[in-house]
Amino acid sequence: MGVNVADMPVEKKDALSGVSPRLRFRLKERAIESLLQLAALTSVAITLGIVGILSYESFQFFSQISIIDFLTDRQWTPLFADAHYGILPLVTGTLVTTIVALLVAIPMGSLIAIYLSEYASRSVREFVKPALELLSAVPTVVYGYFALLFVTPALQQLWPGLPGFNMLSAGLVIGMMIVPYVSSVSEDAMRAVPTHLREGAFALGATRMQTALRVVFPSALSGITAAYVLGVSRAIGETMVVAIAAGMQPTLTLNPLEPAATMTAYIVQVSLGDVPHGSVAYQTIFATGLMLLLLTLLFNIAGHVLKKRYRQVY
Amino acid sequence: MTPIQQKIARRKALDRFFAFEGLMVMTAALLVLLVLVGQLMFDGLSRLSWQFLTSFPSRFPAQAGIVSAWVGTILVMLVTAMAAIPLGVGAAIYLEEYAPKNWATELIEINIANLAGVPSIVYGLMALGLLVYQFRLGQSFLTAGLTLGMLILPMVIIATREAILAVPPYVREAAYALGATKWQTVRDHVVPYSMGGMLTGMILALSRAVGETAPLITVGALSFIAFLPHPPWQDNFPYVSFQWLFDPFTVMPIQMFNWVSRPQEEFHVNAAAAGLILLAMTVVMNAVAIVIRARFRKRIHW
Amino acid sequence: MKAMDASQTVLKAEARGLNFFYGQAQALHGITLPIYDRCVTALIGPSGCGKTTYLRCLNRMHDLYPGNRYEGEVTLYPDRVNIVGPEVDPIEVRMRIGMVFQKPNPFPKSIYENVAYGLRIRDVSNRSELDAVVERALREAALWGEVKDRLQASALNISGGQQQRLCIARALATSPELLLFDEPTSALDPTATSRIEELVTELKQKVAIVIVTHNMQQAARVSDYTAFMYEGRVVEYDRTETIFTNPTVKLTEEYITGRFG
Repeated sequence: MGVNVADMPVEKKDALSGVSPRLRFRLKERAIESLLQLAALTSVAITLGIVGILSYESFQFFSQISIIDFLTDRQWTPLFADAHYGILPLVTGTLVTTIVALLVAIPMGSLIAIYLSEYASRSVREFVKPALELLSAVPTVVYGYFALLFVTPALQQLWPGLPGFNMLSAGLVIGMMIVPYVSSVSEDAMRAVPTHLREGAFALGATRMQTALRVVFPSALSGITAAYVLGVSRAIGETMVVAIAAGMQPTLTLNPLEPAATMTAYIVQVSLGDVPHGSVAYQTIFATGLMLLLLTLLFNIAGHVLKKRYRQVY
Repeated sequence: MTPIQQKIARRKALDRFFAFEGLMVMTAALLVLLVLVGQLMFDGLSRLSWQFLTSFPSRFPAQAGIVSAWVGTILVMLVTAMAAIPLGVGAAIYLEEYAPKNWATELIEINIANLAGVPSIVYGLMALGLLVYQFRLGQSFLTAGLTLGMLILPMVIIATREAILAVPPYVREAAYALGATKWQTVRDHVVPYSMGGMLTGMILALSRAVGETAPLITVGALSFIAFLPHPPWQDNFPYVSFQWLFDPFTVMPIQMFNWVSRPQEEFHVNAAAAGLILLAMTVVMNAVAIVIRARFRKRIHW
Repeated sequence: MKAMDASQTVLKAEARGLNFFYGQAQALHGITLPIYDRCVTALIGPSGCGKTTYLRCLNRMHDLYPGNRYEGEVTLYPDRVNIVGPEVDPIEVRMRIGMVFQKPNPFPKSIYENVAYGLRIRDVSNRSELDAVVERALREAALWGEVKDRLQASALNISGGQQQRLCIARALATSPELLLFDEPTSALDPTATSRIEELVTELKQKVAIVIVTHNMQQAARVSDYTAFMYEGRVVEYDRTETIFTNPTVKLTEEYITGRFG
């Protein structure tokens, strides 16, 4: 390019003499971008780490224990002399506590969400939301204490025969714990429903309740499904409450009044003991972890499908 | 009353009942929080003392204390913050400001969303296999901090992205129009203006990590540690010491878990007292986060 | 029309056959348009006609978003750089060409830091130099008198009109060769608007100006040349006086007389 410097006004000189430092500038920009990209890629590395380690150890496990036995044997006694490796008792333990938790969290969370989004005044909302957030900020080990030493004794007043460890009290407490997750995500979804849809219902003479249940709730179903899925995966993965309050005895039962171990509680139990690295018992926790991860993934995928199906375009 | 008026009256009553029910359920949820705190106080308040804060765990419940636990929690959080915050903020900046719209970026985004849903104990298993045995970091502060760092990384990324998203595009354009480079725009504008949201997210993520127990049990926390780790300083050059990173660790929730799982009721009292301190830690962190959010919101309003 | 002295007819920039694409959609078709130094060129036309799109080509703002593509050229004089050429760094272009946006967009920093920012990213950190430039720019933007006692106050706490003049000062601080205004008064009240218009008329003594406006009176008041754009094309370009009194193209006349748009 023919640059005639003499023609240039003096003050413009900066911009032009800046050309050579620009290369240095550009290199710095590229270096920073690469660093930031690297940071973003660590999240992928973590996933690879999780999948890699769980698969590797599970592979070791399944090279010794048949996968058929793992899925069909009705006993889980890997630490005993007569070792059985049937995951079913742990899966039922997880399912029972999760179902109890959801029976609490979904109705409560949904009702709270409807109340906050459709009925509550601004000031109530501003007080209640942080308080609910606090409910989800309480450490899970504290909930475990609460389940074992408050809820179970209270339930024993109702059912005198209730064992000290039981899935009911653990499930109830997990349910309380995930109410805020369900309610806050559902509320966000309901508040995102445009006002004109509500006004349409009100104009037809609907009460607030009819508007909430027949217009707002169905319109927000996609987001509400996401809230439920979040609740489910929290309940499945919850560890400390069940480890403390449900007992650690793997039992194949669907009765929530009985003690039983969940997948997570089993992992805790083995970790607390002194199991040698590389033994089959050590590998069982990875196989259990893989099962847990797959179960969570399954629910997440199901939730994703439902979410897509209910998606509304306003 | 005409039939239609009756119908309206019935519907209104139903509506009022429904609102009442919502209010009740909400109150019940908040009541649980109150009962939980009340129970902990009832059981543990009397046990809180200087002795409890400064003693090591012991076989005798009345002599036991939490000094190794709270020191451990602070040190583990230090490692967690050092790991998760730079990586999380960097990743969020990359995704919001730099990343091209392509399949690779989408993969990273889906991956982060999925990681946020992985049960925390699975992180513990990964850390056990990878950090403890593969990288031979042992059952140490370093392992514990990195485990929790990985656990909260998706939370930090998601919160930071939200904070960055709140900076309106026209502010970025103003900077670019003056000839700012991407990094200058990020450093001078995007990051400072989203600092409130970022800090809030970081503190909330750390408060989550403070209460995490399961992954640390999996990694191999000891619940009976009757000594403090090496101090992070030393007498001669370079005066800082990283020896403590490789010491065995315990943290508050693990100490509490240990006491809860003992049959003796005296230990349950200790557990309640430890639970109160733990609860106070998370409540304070949450309160700080709320204050920061409010202050920054007042300072910068778009 | 005022008599034009020689300096006013020096070319500052010229678009030749400029096409612009948002992804697949072509937004500008063969724009050919001269921009004279020390003159105000106004771009008018109905919404969606491409006037803002064209303006944002001139400092490569479109490069901030993926999928955008330029064809043809826009030559910046005197060194004849093709500012939309892929080999040219958009940051260099923006360092030479300033922009003022539709809505005042000061940084949430102090008034002083807003004006000084352009210099700071050019690595000027000498305090007295910064002070001098901030004062000059604020004076040029006719804001000095109003803010000189509160330079450290937040830029968000002054009125909308003042904010827009602050944005002008911010752009002036780096002594741009060409200053782009994208409907700078559309968010302002009539008093603030007339102050900005006066300012534009004054500033053209120093710098070439391109202004996008949907307000035809404004174009008539402040500009020396006017281009009427429609559907991504320049329909007519001439001296402002000619465009408004004696347009050649029927469409221009219809727009000017308010029959559509």
